Amino acid sequence: MIPYKEMGYWKPDYVPKDSDILCAFRVTPQPGVEPEEAAAAVAGESSTATWTVVWTDRLTAYDHYQAKCYRVDPVPNAEGQFIAWIAYDLDLFEEGSIANLTSSIIGNVFGFKAVTALRLEDMRIPAHYVKTFQGPAHGIVIEREYLDKFGRPLLGATTKPKLGLSARNYGRVVYEALRGGLDFTKDDENINSQPFMRWRDRYLFTMEAVNRAQAATGEIKGHYLNVTAGTMEDMYERAAFAKELGSVIIMIDLTIGYTAIQSMAKWARANGLILHLHRAGHGTYTRQKNHGVNFRVIGKWMRMAGVDHLHAGTVVGKLEGDPNAVAGYYDTLRLGSVKADPRKGLYFDQEWASMPGVMPVASGGIHAGQAHQLLHYLGEDVVLQFGGGTIGHPMGIAAGAEANRVAVETMIKARNEGRDYFKEGPDILKKAASRNRALDVALATWGDITFNYASTDTPDVVATPTRV
Amino acid sequence: MRITQGTFSYLPDFTDEEITAQIQYALDNGWPLAVEFTDDPHPRNTYWEMWGLPMFELKDAAGVLMEVNECRAAKPNMYVRLNAYDASLGRMTVAFSFIVQRPAEEPGFRLDRAEANDRHINYTTFAYVTGQPVGDRYR
Repeated sequence: MIPYKEMGYWKPDYVPKDSDILCAFRVTPQPGVEPEEAAAAVAGESSTATWTVVWTDRLTAYDHYQAKCYRVDPVPNAEGQFIAWIAYDLDLFEEGSIANLTSSIIGNVFGFKAVTALRLEDMRIPAHYVKTFQGPAHGIVIEREYLDKFGRPLLGATTKPKLGLSARNYGRVVYEALRGGLDFTKDDENINSQPFMRWRDRYLFTMEAVNRAQAATGEIKGHYLNVTAGTMEDMYERAAFAKELGSVIIMIDLTIGYTAIQSMAKWARANGLILHLHRAGHGTYTRQKNHGVNFRVIGKWMRMAGVDHLHAGTVVGKLEGDPNAVAGYYDTLRLGSVKADPRKGLYFDQEWASMPGVMPVASGGIHAGQAHQLLHYLGEDVVLQFGGGTIGHPMGIAAGAEANRVAVETMIKARNEGRDYFKEGPDILKKAASRNRALDVALATWGDITFNYASTDTPDVVATPTRV
Repeated sequence: MRITQGTFSYLPDFTDEEITAQIQYALDNGWPLAVEFTDDPHPRNTYWEMWGLPMFELKDAAGVLMEVNECRAAKPNMYVRLNAYDASLGRMTVAFSFIVQRPAEEPGFRLDRAEANDRHINYTTFAYVTGQPVGDRYR
């Protein structure tokens, strides 16, 4: 067997072109396999190579189509792990297809025997390729203009219990949460069309609730109607009905697949509905540090695929998320131009070429008492989703919603007034609670609940997980 | 009822001092301010009347507050809001916007339901005051 690195896949003197797609892989070679050979094998197996030399290579300009590993670095504090930097020529990929991009980059190579583990840490998508994708159906700016909501995080809640409510009962939760002060309520990822609640019934009762809340507050309200289903035909049917009922937003799950996501993004732009994506299932391949695909890469793909909302972590909530790594995800989704920053786990500069930003969604174990931390870590362009933190309020769902809205508006006001709101947050909230009973009760109920577990996935330059 | 449009509708109405602090924040960010008023509180009423042009050149918070107060004096029983605008590339939209005056009474909205086939209902939100002609509302 000719080693991969002698077949042209290891080119330490290669200078990547502006139009190349670049990847940073974390490679753990099998014992006895040298890092450059393992890295070259990854480049080979994710582009033109097979396990042996074929004469038909010589019918092509194969050095053009070969991916080239141009650098291998040992990972600090992780023996046996290396970052392989690999460049792919643009000609390897079909325009506007996440499926094609991922079939190449993560198609075969993750099961390859020469490595014990492999993780795609980051990608640089050149503007040449970015421009072949639709991008977010609307994006952050148009969403805000459409909803007439500016200058503060949007607020949402997932209807609970997630399974078992009848459509009529479900709509009650939606109505109470929206009239109390939330902007959005949400179907959970596994609310599709089950025996206890079929989709059409849910849509009808939910839109009654949305419209009632809108009339009660004079403010635009929305409920993410999950259109996830077994076939595209079913999804289009549900989405069309959501549109007919006047919903401002629909929702899909990551489990429907990249092509289905791109199709729904196209539908959402054509029909004027915001598209929310729930990252159901991502933890199976994003969480472990040595194997899989880092979430920042999924975030990039989903921005290109065209969703308007994407769950991206809370820092302080109940789900995985190192603060620096989460900051990297948020930058990737929101900014027009992202600079490489090892502290945030960002390996490459990324230019988005005016592609609109995706609104990140923070959901899972967050509550009003964390308003200062949430604003500090996540900023203003984010949907904060307080599910239990709304519906579990002792005075009722509307009071829970009100408490969250008061907490967030209070913190925005304090920030704008130039106060050190991160440090003074608890005092600022306490003072606001002295004038608002709903917030007072929320703080008494959840004020000291925190989820302080170490993250499994942290940027390498930070030796220990950052304390929140 | 109390309409909850705007960045700060769940807080008690701001004093002049509190409004000035928000103006200063906008000016520090390079965001010009604009005053708008309306007698149509419908949530889809995007285009409130402009109290003059956006104040692109006015960098003095006290001067902006003066415009707010002049609008409030001229339209004492209408909604008045203050918008900060971010013209930077990639943004080019409202940065924040909050109500600085409300009518003494806010009668709210009627929800009309037009019943169609198959349990389908078409909803329309109707602001009671807009049953009166412009000029006769919020007397």
